[in-house]
Amino acid sequence: MERLGTLRRNMMRITGAVAVSAVLALGAGACGDSKKSGGGDEVTIGFMGDLTGENSGLVIPPKQGAQLAIDQYNATNPKVKIKLKTYDSQGKPEQATTLAQGAIKNDKIVGLIGPAFSGESQAVNPILNEAKIPSVTPSATNVTLATKSWSFWHRVVANDTVQSAGAGTFISDTLQAKKVFTVDDNQDYGKGLATGIKTAVSGKGAQVQSDSVDDKATDYSSTVNKINQFKPDAVYFGGYYSVAGRLFKQLRESGFKGKLMSGDGSVAAGLVEAQGQQNTKDTFLSCGCLIDPEGKSNPKAKTFAADYKAKFGADVAIYSTEGYDAASAFVEAVKNGKTKAEDINSFLKTVSFQGVGKEIKFDDKGELAAHDIFIYQVEANKIGLLGKAGEAKPAS
Amino acid sequence: MFSDFIHQFWPSTIDGLSLGAVYALVALGYTMVYGVLRLINFAHADIFMVGTFAAMWTVKTMGVSDLGGFALVGAILLSAVVAGAVSGGGAVVLELVAYRPLRKRGASRLAALISAIGASIVIEQLFATIVIPQVFDLPKEKGKIAQAYHFVHRTDLIDIGPIKIANDRLIIFLGAILIMIALDQFVNRTKLGRGIRATAQDPESAVLMGVNIDRVVTATFLVGGVMAGAAAALYYARFEEAWYFSGFLLGIKAFTAAVLGGIGNIRGALVGGVALGLFESYGSSLFGSQWKDVVAFSVLILVLMFRPTGILGESLQQARA
Repeated sequence: MERLGTLRRNMMRITGAVAVSAVLALGAGACGDSKKSGGGDEVTIGFMGDLTGENSGLVIPPKQGAQLAIDQYNATNPKVKIKLKTYDSQGKPEQATTLAQGAIKNDKIVGLIGPAFSGESQAVNPILNEAKIPSVTPSATNVTLATKSWSFWHRVVANDTVQSAGAGTFISDTLQAKKVFTVDDNQDYGKGLATGIKTAVSGKGAQVQSDSVDDKATDYSSTVNKINQFKPDAVYFGGYYSVAGRLFKQLRESGFKGKLMSGDGSVAAGLVEAQGQQNTKDTFLSCGCLIDPEGKSNPKAKTFAADYKAKFGADVAIYSTEGYDAASAFVEAVKNGKTKAEDINSFLKTVSFQGVGKEIKFDDKGELAAHDIFIYQVEANKIGLLGKAGEAKPAS
Repeated sequence: MFSDFIHQFWPSTIDGLSLGAVYALVALGYTMVYGVLRLINFAHADIFMVGTFAAMWTVKTMGVSDLGGFALVGAILLSAVVAGAVSGGGAVVLELVAYRPLRKRGASRLAALISAIGASIVIEQLFATIVIPQVFDLPKEKGKIAQAYHFVHRTDLIDIGPIKIANDRLIIFLGAILIMIALDQFVNRTKLGRGIRATAQDPESAVLMGVNIDRVVTATFLVGGVMAGAAAALYYARFEEAWYFSGFLLGIKAFTAAVLGGIGNIRGALVGGVALGLFESYGSSLFGSQWKDVVAFSVLILVLMFRPTGILGESLQQARA
C-alpha cells in the first residue's frame, strides 16, 4: 500500500511536469503566432490528413484539389480571402488530436477539410464538435462516423455501406456473378467492406465463400488454392492496393480467369504496379470517389482535370475531386458572407450546388445526399471510369 | 473443412514445399551463426531483404520479361549469384561493424543481441530512405511500398491428374535443395568446414588446435549471407516484389524453422523449414488462411514440449554424420 502511495505521488509529479511543459509549449506557440493577420479580410481553413506517411498517396490528391479550389477563389479578388493551412497527421489519431487543438486555439480555423481517414476522424471530430468548428471530410468512409450525432461533421463521399451495395449490384446484375469469393485483410476497413459485399451479393442469390489474408505477408497461395477450388465468377477484395495487387497477381498466375474487384482503398497506380500489367484483365474497382479526366459524368469534371494538371503537373487521382468539392463548400459559405464557424456550419446545412464531382448537398446527419458509387476498370496501366454503379458496363 | 483439405492437398503440398525451401535457406544463416557464436543474429532478416533488392536490381538491369524454360533458369541463377554476393558481403560487413568490436571487448551476449536489433533497424531505414529511392529511382514515399519488375512466365510444367507443378515452384525447390547439399558438403568435407564444426564444438580447444577464430566467424557469416541471398533470389522469382520490411515476417518464420529443426543443426534447418512450410500450408487449407500462423506456432510449441532441442536436436557438431 505504502509503495503504491509513493508510486502514485511520483506519477502525479510526472503528470504535473508534463502538464506544465505542455502549457509552456502551447504558450510559446501562441506567442510565435501572434503576427498572423487578425483582420476580418481573411479566414483560415484547415486541411488535415496523412501527407507524409504510408498512405499519403490517398491524401495528397485531395489536398491538391482543395488547394486548387481555394486558389481559384482567391484569384477572383474577393472581399474575404481564404487561407489554407495544412496539418500533417500522418493518419495517426493521437497526432491528429494535438494538431486539431493547435488549429482551433492558435490558428483559429473556421472550418476543417478532413481528417482524411476514419480512425483519425473518430478522434478529432468530438474536439471540433465541442469547439463548434465545421468539418467536411473528402475521404473518410466508415459508416459509424455518421451515427455519432456530431452536428458539425459532413462528408462529400458515400459511406462503406453505400459502396458495398453499389459494388454488389455491379457484381450481381452487371457481371452476372453467381458465385462470389470475398477476401479481406483482417483490418477494420477491409473487413467491413468485404462483409458488406457478402451481404449485398448473397441478398441477390449468389453463393459466397470468404477468406482473410495477412497484410504483412507475401505468400497468399493458400487463399489462391481455396479460390481455385471454389471456382467463383468474381473475387472481391476489401483492403488496400498493395495487398490487392499481390493477391490478384498470384491469382492470375495460378490460372484464375474470373473477374477481380476491389474497393476505394485500391484505387491507386500502385495496384497495377503490384499486379503486373499482364494480369489486369477483368479487374474492376468500386469507389465513392470520382476520377473523371474525360468529363464522362459531367463537363465540369473535365475542366477541373485540366486545371488540376496545369497547376500540379499530375493527373487527377483518388479523392482530388472530393477535396475540391469539400473546399468549394467552404468557399460557397464565405462567398455568402459567412465568416464565423457557426454561421458557416448553418450555411452547410442548406448548401446545394453542383460540384465538379457530385451534387453537394448534405442530409441531417452530415452525409452526402447523393448516393453515388462509381465503377472503374483497370485497362493495361490505367484506371478508367466506367460510370455509376447501376449503369456501368465493362469494356470488352 | 476436411473436404477442403483433401481437395487442396496437392496444391497445398507443392506451395508448402517451395516456400518451406526458402525458409530453410534463410534458417541456415540463423543456425550456423548460432552454432559458432551462440548468438541470434536478428539482422539476418535484413540481409535477406538486401538480397531481394539485389535480385530485383538484376532483373531490372537485364531488362527481361516473360521468361520461361532455360532462359528463366539462367535469369534466376544470375540473380541468385548477384544477390548471394551482395548479401554475403553485407553479412560480413555486418559482422565487422556490429559484432566483432563487441566480441573483442568481451561484451555479453545480450549486448550483441541489442546490437543486432540496432543493425536491423539501421539497414531497414537505410534502404527505405536512401538506397531504394536512389537505386530504383523512386520517390521517397514509394520506397515504402512493394515494387515489382515482372519477369517470370508461369506455366504448369508437370500436370499429372490432381498434381500440377508450376515451373517457378519446381525451380525454387530444386534450387534450394541443390544449394543445401552444396553447403552440407562444404561443412563436412572442406578444411574451413571442419574449422567451423570445431569452433561450434569447443571454441577454446579449436583455437589451441590452430583454428583461426576470426576467419571461421567471417566465413560463417559469409556462407549464411550467401544462403540468404540465394533464398532472396528464389523468393523474388516466386513473388516478384521487394520491400524494405519484407525480411521481418520471413525472418521470424525462418528463425522458427531453425528452432523447430534444432538450432545450431544444419540438417535441422532444412527439416524445420520444409516442415514449417507444409504446416502453414495445410493449416490454412484446414482452418482458413487467417489461422496459418496459429497452426505453425502451435506445432512449434508441441514439438518443443516433447523435444526441447527441436526435431533433430541442437548443435552443429552433430550434423557430422
